[in-house]
Amino acid sequence: MSAAPILAIDGVQHIYAKRQALIFPACTVAAGEAVALVGPSGSGKTTLLMLIAGLLGAQTGRIEIAGTNLQSLHGAARDHWRGRTIGMVLQSFQLLPRLSVLENLTAAQFLSGSRVDLAAARKTLTALGIADLADMRPRKLSRGQAQRAAIARAVVNQPPLLLADEPTSSLDDDNAEAALRLLLEASRDRGAALLIATHDRRVTAHVARTVTLQQAPP
Amino acid sequence: MNLLTLSLSGLRGARLTHTLNILVLALGLGTVTLLLLFSGALTDRLVRDGRGIDIVVGAKGSPLQLVLSAVYQADVPTGNIALDAVETLRRDPMIERAVPLALGDSVGRFRIVGTTPDYIGLYGATLQRGAVWQHPMEAVLGAEAAARLHLNIGDHFVGSHGVGGGGMQHKEFPYTVTGILAPTGSVIDRLALTGVESVWEIHARPGQPEAPHEVTAVLLHARTPLAIVMLPHRINTQTTWQAAVPSFEAARLVSLLGFGAAAFKALAIILIVSAGLGMAIALVTRMRERRQEFAVLRLLGATPWQLFSTVLIEALVLAATGALTGLMLGHAAGWALGSWFPSGEALAAMSARLQPSEWRIPAAALVVGALAALIPAMTAYRSDVATALGGDP
Repeated sequence: MSAAPILAIDGVQHIYAKRQALIFPACTVAAGEAVALVGPSGSGKTTLLMLIAGLLGAQTGRIEIAGTNLQSLHGAARDHWRGRTIGMVLQSFQLLPRLSVLENLTAAQFLSGSRVDLAAARKTLTALGIADLADMRPRKLSRGQAQRAAIARAVVNQPPLLLADEPTSSLDDDNAEAALRLLLEASRDRGAALLIATHDRRVTAHVARTVTLQQAPP
Repeated sequence: MNLLTLSLSGLRGARLTHTLNILVLALGLGTVTLLLLFSGALTDRLVRDGRGIDIVVGAKGSPLQLVLSAVYQADVPTGNIALDAVETLRRDPMIERAVPLALGDSVGRFRIVGTTPDYIGLYGATLQRGAVWQHPMEAVLGAEAAARLHLNIGDHFVGSHGVGGGGMQHKEFPYTVTGILAPTGSVIDRLALTGVESVWEIHARPGQPEAPHEVTAVLLHARTPLAIVMLPHRINTQTTWQAAVPSFEAARLVSLLGFGAAAFKALAIILIVSAGLGMAIALVTRMRERRQEFAVLRLLGATPWQLFSTVLIEALVLAATGALTGLMLGHAAGWALGSWFPSGEALAAMSARLQPSEWRIPAAALVVGALAALIPAMTAYRSDVATALGGDP
């Protein structure tokens, strides 16, 4: 791999309430590459995603995203940077319930400190095949439609890094396949690095590499 | 998309609770608005009706009663004083003008005031039609009295004994209307004016020797402010009459009414505080439901201050809506009461437009809203994103 990785993690530890440490292996994800983060429940998959997103502070180690050392960013600068640099798809999609699908995307633009660009937001919806759902509220969407809307929101700011937290859990094979295909296409089309936290073996068959986390010590 | 639209979207949840809180807040603020309008109308009326009258001289008794009866035409007189008093007062170098009043009769619910044409000048009133009386049993009507009694120039009316109306009618002494005054917005609009001689003529006892003429009160306009201080003391200590200062008695009346107003104000404050607490409780309760929503907003790039501001704006929008509704309620109630009550035209007129003092209503509402938002906004500020999204084991 000749290009510099979009995501590079090295020596990261997180100590949580009971003074127990989660020790994460070093890993890198390049632009356009998809990597699965696997491990049993409690191994810290979601915690690592939160550390990468700068929503939790790592006690040791280094997290570098698109050439920026996360530890060098603080406060509002880190928050807006997160909005612009990282797109995240959560397990239950977590669309903002009182905003329309289009407003979910423009909220992501506004909160990242970017210019609110309605045309770009509509174009993203069109690319994901849900342009006709722009004015609908999330509660009226089917699971598949909500998933597309969540991916559209994650990619609307053209972030170099996409994180997905258990995107296929609770989906049957066909829907899991479709969800994965959407995520992979979204990252590949935009040249974004994709890190998928999952315990679903169906995911690993579709990604280039797998990083395995160990069960935290009791 | 901006912070305001995000905040407004937050208000789409719990609509019923928010609406009820807005109504309670509006009720409190509406009561305060009504009190402000009422006290403004009262002050306005006291000022207008007392215009140009520095001192009132009448029979001994309650000074407030003397002022209420002679200036505001709202109480029974304390008694009569000899006509000589008028001449004595007119000769006093400290007095610029002395206008006698002879009360005792009324037409409908409007008082008949025996006086001189100078009384019209005290209120700066002008004739809309006709002329001032020249002879006894001629009368000039205030604008409201003429309109309500449906009387015109040349029409006749008879007075009833007593200032409250409903007394024995003096059918043998009909008045002729010679003039109608233009509206002034003061007490003169609600009076029938005639010469003092008319009152003496009606109340003379046939077959009995003519008693010395009397007047009910004398309205004085002093030459200097010092005279307003010195004259009452001199009259009260050196004569058998009583002198009262309308501005002082009006202030006393306002302070007497102040107790009732204070009770209403306390009730309104209780309503406003209750609404604030209700708003705070509703917002705090919703913070638990909105934990994940705030976490997602942080994930999308929101700063803790943006979350704080979102909740603050929500509360301020609720408070502003409550203030607007309260102002509308207060003005509607003021207008309705002013139109319904006799002599309530000042209240109705004040209710028809925003008063400068009412800036306090939205200001109070915004303070209540900001205080109500404080705890929920801090909760939003401190949102634990990782826990809400299941990222901290």
